[in-house]
Amino acid sequence: MTKLKNLFAGGWGIVLAGGIFGVIAPLLEKLGNPGNMGVCSACFVRDIAGALGLHRAAVVQVVRPEVIGFVLGALLAAVIFREFRPRAGSAPVVRFVLGAFAMVGALVFLGCPWRALLRLSAGDGNAVLGLAGLVAGIWIGTLFLRKGYTLGRSRSTYVSVGLILPAMVVGLFVLRVLCPPPSAAAAEAALAAGRKSVQNGVLFYSVAGPGKMCAPLVLSLGAGLLIGFLAQRSRFCSMGAIRDLILFRHPHLFWGVLALVVAAGVTNIVLGQFHPGFNGQPAAHGLHVWNFAGMMLAGLAFALAGGCPGRQLFMCGEGDSDAAVFVMGMIAGAAFAHNFGLASSPKGLGPHGAAAVVLGMAVCLVIGFTMRDTGEAT
Amino acid sequence: MSDVVDARGYSCPQPVLMTLDRIRRGSSAQIVVLVDAEVSMENVTRAAASKGWKVEEVREEGGEYRLTVRQDDEA
Repeated sequence: MTKLKNLFAGGWGIVLAGGIFGVIAPLLEKLGNPGNMGVCSACFVRDIAGALGLHRAAVVQVVRPEVIGFVLGALLAAVIFREFRPRAGSAPVVRFVLGAFAMVGALVFLGCPWRALLRLSAGDGNAVLGLAGLVAGIWIGTLFLRKGYTLGRSRSTYVSVGLILPAMVVGLFVLRVLCPPPSAAAAEAALAAGRKSVQNGVLFYSVAGPGKMCAPLVLSLGAGLLIGFLAQRSRFCSMGAIRDLILFRHPHLFWGVLALVVAAGVTNIVLGQFHPGFNGQPAAHGLHVWNFAGMMLAGLAFALAGGCPGRQLFMCGEGDSDAAVFVMGMIAGAAFAHNFGLASSPKGLGPHGAAAVVLGMAVCLVIGFTMRDTGEAT
Repeated sequence: MSDVVDARGYSCPQPVLMTLDRIRRGSSAQIVVLVDAEVSMENVTRAAASKGWKVEEVREEGGEYRLTVRQDDEA
């Protein structure tokens, strides 16, 4: 047990974890997930918000078992290795707002940092602009961190508090089993009637667009569990990788990100999914300025909140209820993004996407400037 | 008497920032860092090593870690 623990926290552990994620994601695309979206925490949380009817963008409504797996895989690892640590109370409402704006930024770009890396590894040139924006946003975040920005201390709390978000994803899985996706015939009939999603029981399911593209349930859940488990052990975090490089010149987490890109690139080439270019890329648009700006907002929000969306889900599995509030912010942000026309689509920017990015940057800057602890407690 | 950095309750990168800040101040050749997560313990250990400091002792008690880091004379 101790040996495995050290293995994944070490340099090769993070490379191995990143490499495994890089192979799994394109495989999930081959098995049915949307293009360059093998795993995308932002897209998949958005899809879940849609499945619950919190937004009515008909083409992106489905319960994604990968997200459920992320949380429960991390929970399993945290419990086995005695790292389940229920905690709460580090500026939860700020984390909610950061989660919401992070989601808005990600949906203006069309992807979380993981998807930006996956898009890059499949040849989507637009991802370069998104990643540049991500680095810019995180760099701004490091300036605040250097000046003493902090969300404050969390406190240990009851086990039940740490289990709330894991319990919610279990509930989501139960709903997914009780209210399964429509049969192929029912989906066809709905499409013929001009509908792009149908409701089965309490859940909404897309019958067109990215929301109907899903790898088989068991494989999606299994992949999510494996990724969640390995990520908890290795501390994989795409934002942390860039932040630590800028802030401390520590490349440790960055090796994981690099391994993900290389492994995903090779897997994409082997599977015939590598298509270099800027135009016609799956679920992407070519507005360079907004690809940059959207991810800059997301990057800053992740940096201020201490983790990329994937990492926030893994921390939920470790009992971090503040990360759970960030995730709820992401769900709310996804609902706002689609209900208010903030999210982009392959056709381009949403009608209010630009305004939302500007507002989000302003809010994040206010948070960064005002939440400073200059007198360090000793 | 060694300096104490109490980073309990903080998530990364704060424990590392606080430790490096104390190392930079150079007021003491030995620092005790208190953290309450294994990941923080790992990160502080890695950061201290990158500055030529080494972790002499890690004591775990009730999920909290007490790290004693010392300037490595041989570095």
